[in-house]
Amino acid sequence: MELQYRVERLLANYVQCIDADQLESWPEFFTDDCIYRVIAKENTARNLPIAAIFCDSKRMLVDRVVSARHANIYEKHAYRHIVSSTVIDVPINEAVVATSNYAVYRTRTNGVTELYNTGSYRDEIVIHDGAWRFREKLVVFDTLRVDSLLVTPL
Amino acid sequence: MNKPLTTREFAAWQRHPEGCAVPYAVFNDPRYYLREQTQIFRGETWSFVGLEAEVPLAGDFKATFIGDTPVIVTRDEHGALSVLQNRCAHRGALICREPRGNVPHLQCVYHQWAYDLRGALKGVPFRRGVRGNGGMPESFDLAHHGLDRLQVETLNGLIFASFSTAIEPLRDYLGAMVVTSIERIFRKPIEILGDQRQYMHGNWKLYAENTRDPYHASLLHLFHNTFGLYRATQTGATLLDPQHRHTMLYSKAATSDAKADAEVYKDVRSYDTGFKLQDPSLLAGRSEFEDGITLVILSIFPNVVVQQIANTLAVRQINPNKVDGFELVWTHFGYADDDPEMRAIRIKQSNLIGPAGLISMEDGEAVEIVQKGVIRDADKASYIAMGGGRAEDSAHLVTEASIIGFWDHYKTIMNIDDHPA
Repeated sequence: MELQYRVERLLANYVQCIDADQLESWPEFFTDDCIYRVIAKENTARNLPIAAIFCDSKRMLVDRVVSARHANIYEKHAYRHIVSSTVIDVPINEAVVATSNYAVYRTRTNGVTELYNTGSYRDEIVIHDGAWRFREKLVVFDTLRVDSLLVTPL
Repeated sequence: MNKPLTTREFAAWQRHPEGCAVPYAVFNDPRYYLREQTQIFRGETWSFVGLEAEVPLAGDFKATFIGDTPVIVTRDEHGALSVLQNRCAHRGALICREPRGNVPHLQCVYHQWAYDLRGALKGVPFRRGVRGNGGMPESFDLAHHGLDRLQVETLNGLIFASFSTAIEPLRDYLGAMVVTSIERIFRKPIEILGDQRQYMHGNWKLYAENTRDPYHASLLHLFHNTFGLYRATQTGATLLDPQHRHTMLYSKAATSDAKADAEVYKDVRSYDTGFKLQDPSLLAGRSEFEDGITLVILSIFPNVVVQQIANTLAVRQINPNKVDGFELVWTHFGYADDDPEMRAIRIKQSNLIGPAGLISMEDGEAVEIVQKGVIRDADKASYIAMGGGRAEDSAHLVTEASIIGFWDHYKTIMNIDDHPA
């Protein structure tokens, strides 16, 4: 139960960071050589590699944030992540493996909130410098048809 | 149905003395949308429906759209492709209810009418009735109740279909510029790497304008500028086919050698922001075309864009489903003989494109802010004149000439009266 609690607390902190728009802190949830892959379920189902977002280092996550803050043009919006049903799987290479469901609601500037994206997280979590971090975060989204665009991380 | 749209029925199309004026009604009026379905998507055009590599085996099918009409692409046991309307000849139900798959034959779930992979009706349950009851009329002939077939032609693995039986051959429709460009990118067998889908809340023609608009590239898409990656010595051109249906934008990087690029990028800082990429491996690539061209945006009327951006290769299919919305389906590919490193390069560079693409996501925003802006004043018009205001080839990218070409062709195929201001 301790493990379940630690994983759920990490996930809670992770989504609170994004939903509070503290994206500059978001890469800190990952190890330096992390994998962060946001991919449509139709691609994983066919074993095809193309992801909407594919980062294989924490530095790429930082670049994504800088791009979102300073380069990319999009309508302002806010997320609310709802994460549930976390299941701890068999460890891989000393990493805790956890699978969770997520739903993300997006609120645009007109004040309308809509269900933006749902899917699953498959996380590999390691203890790194005393902190629990994602060595790999695989986000497989059911919502194949991305509404307008995807810039804020899931 | 085909009589010209006139000023009495529709907003005025005024010929602007020095450019192109497109009335906002064209993005909002459902009558335009309906006329487009008839005149364009079901008219004298070839629409892209998929890549042969998506249906490589006998029995493979792909369900897709031409405009808003659902269609099926199949490959039969002889290897032949068919494009069929996805609609049972009985009561009109969808035949294929999943986007792709492999089946021995096609069958409607409603009453189990069964068709072969070419759309010929092969069986109807209870045709002779049950214990003397029911059954189809004596005159019922399977041969008269197949699925509606479209014309099909392919070019280097791209599948096109047409509702018209009078349509010119595909190669003639595409013209030499498009054929050459397709043969260049599809020069060898491809490997499908995956799909991405993006829904844009705007009229499909705003995206047609966007992909024919090199003017916006360095102004809207600020990724390169922000990270100091703008290449001032980049050269390019904007080309139209003679009928102004299709457009090719292309450019060459100042350097096309991956190592030289990486070296240049390593320490370059932006003039504007001071940011640099923490992980430049995103842009590590290879020169793979002898012509040195590193960017091609080939817009083929009416519904597909073929792109090469650095080492990312993709087709983008445009599926309008209402006057103010369309789905954009990106199908990424590489070559079947890519080595593992090249494949990895394409996968990593795909961060640049698609709905989350670092250099492409803004196109969704551009489409939507125009759609929101033009909701009223149907007879007021945009003003398109950058580059001189005429639809002509340009040896540069500071032009809207190809957008004007698009509207010239649109007016012709829609049979719209154009009249002097």
